[in-house]
Amino acid sequence: MLELFTELTGNALLGMIINSLIPLVFVIPLALFFVWLERKVSAHMQDRLGPMITGSHGWLQTFADVLKLLQKEDIIPADADRKLFTIAPILVFAGSYAAFAAIPFSSAYIGSEIDMGIFYVVAVSGLVVAGILMAGWSSNNKYSLLGAMRSVAQIISYEIPTVLVILSIVVLAGTLNLLKISEMQTAYFWNWFIFGGPEPGLIKFLLIPFMFAGFLILYISSLAEVNRTPFDIPEAESELVAGYHTEYSGMKFAMFFLSEYANMFVVSAIVSAVFFGGYQSPFGYLGNSLGISWLVPIEQFFWFTAKGIFFVFVQMWLRWTLPRLRVDQLMAVCWKYLIPYSFVNLIIIAFLELYR
Amino acid sequence: MSIKTEHMVLNMGPQHPSTHGVLRLELELNGELIVNVKPHIGYLHRCFEKHAEAMTYPQIIPYTDRIDYLASISNNFGYAVTVEKLMGIQVPERVEYIRVIFGELQRIASHLVAIGTYGLDIGAFTPFLYCFRDREKILSLFEMTCGARLLYNYIWVGGLSHDIHPEFVRLTREFLNYFRPQVEEVNQLLSYNKIFIERTANIGILPAETAINFGMTGPNLRGSGVKFDLRRNDPYSIYDRFDFDIPVGDGRMGTVGDCWDRYFVRVLEIEQSIRIIEQALDQIPEGDVSSAIPKRIKPPVGSVYGRVENPRGELGYFLISDGGLNPFRLKVRGPSFVSLSVMGELCKGHLIADVIAILGSIDIVLGEVDR
Amino acid sequence: MMSSYFKNTWEGLYTVFVGMKITLKHLFTPSVTIQYPNVKVPLPERVRNRLYVNMDDCIGCDQCARACPVSCIEIETVKSLPTENLGTTSNGKKKALWVTKFDIDIAKCCYCQLCVFPCPTECIYMTDVYEFSEFRRSDLVYKFATLTEAEAEEKKLNFENLQKEKELQKAAQAAAQNNAQQPN
Repeated sequence: MLELFTELTGNALLGMIINSLIPLVFVIPLALFFVWLERKVSAHMQDRLGPMITGSHGWLQTFADVLKLLQKEDIIPADADRKLFTIAPILVFAGSYAAFAAIPFSSAYIGSEIDMGIFYVVAVSGLVVAGILMAGWSSNNKYSLLGAMRSVAQIISYEIPTVLVILSIVVLAGTLNLLKISEMQTAYFWNWFIFGGPEPGLIKFLLIPFMFAGFLILYISSLAEVNRTPFDIPEAESELVAGYHTEYSGMKFAMFFLSEYANMFVVSAIVSAVFFGGYQSPFGYLGNSLGISWLVPIEQFFWFTAKGIFFVFVQMWLRWTLPRLRVDQLMAVCWKYLIPYSFVNLIIIAFLELYR
Repeated sequence: MSIKTEHMVLNMGPQHPSTHGVLRLELELNGELIVNVKPHIGYLHRCFEKHAEAMTYPQIIPYTDRIDYLASISNNFGYAVTVEKLMGIQVPERVEYIRVIFGELQRIASHLVAIGTYGLDIGAFTPFLYCFRDREKILSLFEMTCGARLLYNYIWVGGLSHDIHPEFVRLTREFLNYFRPQVEEVNQLLSYNKIFIERTANIGILPAETAINFGMTGPNLRGSGVKFDLRRNDPYSIYDRFDFDIPVGDGRMGTVGDCWDRYFVRVLEIEQSIRIIEQALDQIPEGDVSSAIPKRIKPPVGSVYGRVENPRGELGYFLISDGGLNPFRLKVRGPSFVSLSVMGELCKGHLIADVIAILGSIDIVLGEVDR
Repeated sequence: MMSSYFKNTWEGLYTVFVGMKITLKHLFTPSVTIQYPNVKVPLPERVRNRLYVNMDDCIGCDQCARACPVSCIEIETVKSLPTENLGTTSNGKKKALWVTKFDIDIAKCCYCQLCVFPCPTECIYMTDVYEFSEFRRSDLVYKFATLTEAEAEEKKLNFENLQKEKELQKAAQAAAQNNAQQPN
């Protein structure tokens, strides 16, 4: 895609800029949509209606809210560290946006096809941690600081089970490149890694339960990485008011908010890319059977978005069902349960792959 | 070598999402561990007791509504029982039955708030709204009868302000039939949830002895395994006619007297209240509800202590009359005020998140703590 | 030890799924809330909201003001002249007082309904109007008296004149009696 843009504009730099802006065009409306979806999902789960006034079923509500937040006064507390306070939300948003670079939206578009794709996504998500810690520290508020410290401990711990599960997929796929991993799981849904991967045989069926276990572990730890219930203790409103963004208002708050939802989509995209075939359709392409080749990437984009939205919906569903863990229990879940399970899972998968 | 460290002081409240009103807790923290908790109260002080000295006896009833605003009927009930005791009024049968029905409906409504907000404190938002949905239905029953949804001024000295609505008995039965499965649903969603149990079991353990020493009453005392309920142990009104159990904490998920036990005693009490209401609805006699209301309430000189089982424990009124139209002194013994005193004892050595869990489990109403 | 470890894992997952089942069920049940300003809950007949006074029936007895625990009702009355006919209330009571002032500060009102019960003519009652917010607190003081200020002044003056006349009469009578007692 980058080559195409470079050719079209005749300028490498301009091509790069356009190439990197595409995810932004995709992410911001999507994040706004998620905010609306969260409200509607929560409302209907609680026998309420949710936003109904602005637009049909309130679909314009988040746009109105963002407009309101844009107009708000930019308040910086007197004793805050002004520089860090300003950088923090930008860094958080940059962290979650940068992750989109290596995520394949369809076979035709990926921001940057790097061989370290999945490793890059995990690593660059770490930038969010720095932003959150900055926000907590610079706010000069005890609640913010406690929230930020919890968040850092949490995200760093939960990266381990995430990486271990991803590693087991890498063992099967033999590559870190997300585009190649997605490409492998083509044709029909039984080629997805959740159903044992594309290679047929007895081993494929033996792999299925371990793949399900791996999927659960990855999904649970990805919840923790994006601070969602039951792991939302960094912003636990009943204890820490709003955690690390207690002191933020206006557009800075909106950036935290949008990046949270963008992050939710990133982890959902990772889960769907490694286990559910990424952008692959579960049952072939209409474009292929009709012989319209340009339709295929559009269909792929549709499936990618649909899977992402589905997993984001499950995150919301969990949020409006579950209570919140305590900070030490959160660590216990990670170190005592998820990490041992994911280690065992990895070893078994590696053995099965060895004896294929 | 030793490093000098300082404890961090964190002010929780008076503006905080889960202090259940305007309570300020001064937490002394070592990291996230609690070293000490000091509750600061008085942000909602409204001088009820002093006010009462300037009011006539019927005029005090709207003020009692506001003591514990989640259980207004129970407050009215306690006040009416106290004044009647001093004046020696015999209340008609029908009035007694209606009072019991309303008192128990109010107990359900109040416990629904306790359960719902406790879920909210632990982080589960949805059970809270399910509880409030059902509470609204109870409030509609009240509204149909006396016209108000929160502050009823319903139980008067010697009678009631209105007779029940002709449809009331049918609608209440309908509600109870609808409501029973909803309790089970909240149990499935919240009470038996593993995360909820992890958060509340073995947290804030209150041994029976400590609970008695601190003067705890109501569900908080029963959560510690002490079978004490004024409806049984010192029956007022006609509670001795009904068949119901007194649920106590049994340490099912952890230790006796932990947060989960205190929480679950409330859930079980809802079921017992449903039983009482059903019996009362079957037995309710016909009659006049205002025949025993005195034209002029002028109790004889003397003092009296009347107490009832409020949803939160023993609500007592100590009344001194000098024979005039206003009480000489009216002292309220509120259960939340007493329960709050045990906070410091319970919180030591726990984490910040547990302070919220403990505070929610003792279920205070700041309106009654400060009065 | 090991079994409790797996039991914990299983319970953790199982209870989560139980909860998710419940919330999913509710996702498809119709909501219980309504769109308030557009849709309104029907109110029961006994509902206690804004107070209203039917001045045609008010006899100015002040009982409601005395029953009020927050003193939100202020009533001032003037005795009518013997020549004036104020009419009767709907339940047949004869009116004898001009109500020159009948103010209810609805901002103070606590909706306890204690004022409604003692009224002998049932002229003060609670309506089902509950939307009456104002920008200024002073707008929440409702004046129910039907007399205009000038009329109220006139009635007061009339009554004072009557008092004066009576006093004069009394004085004249007393003087006459004095004169009668002292024939010299």
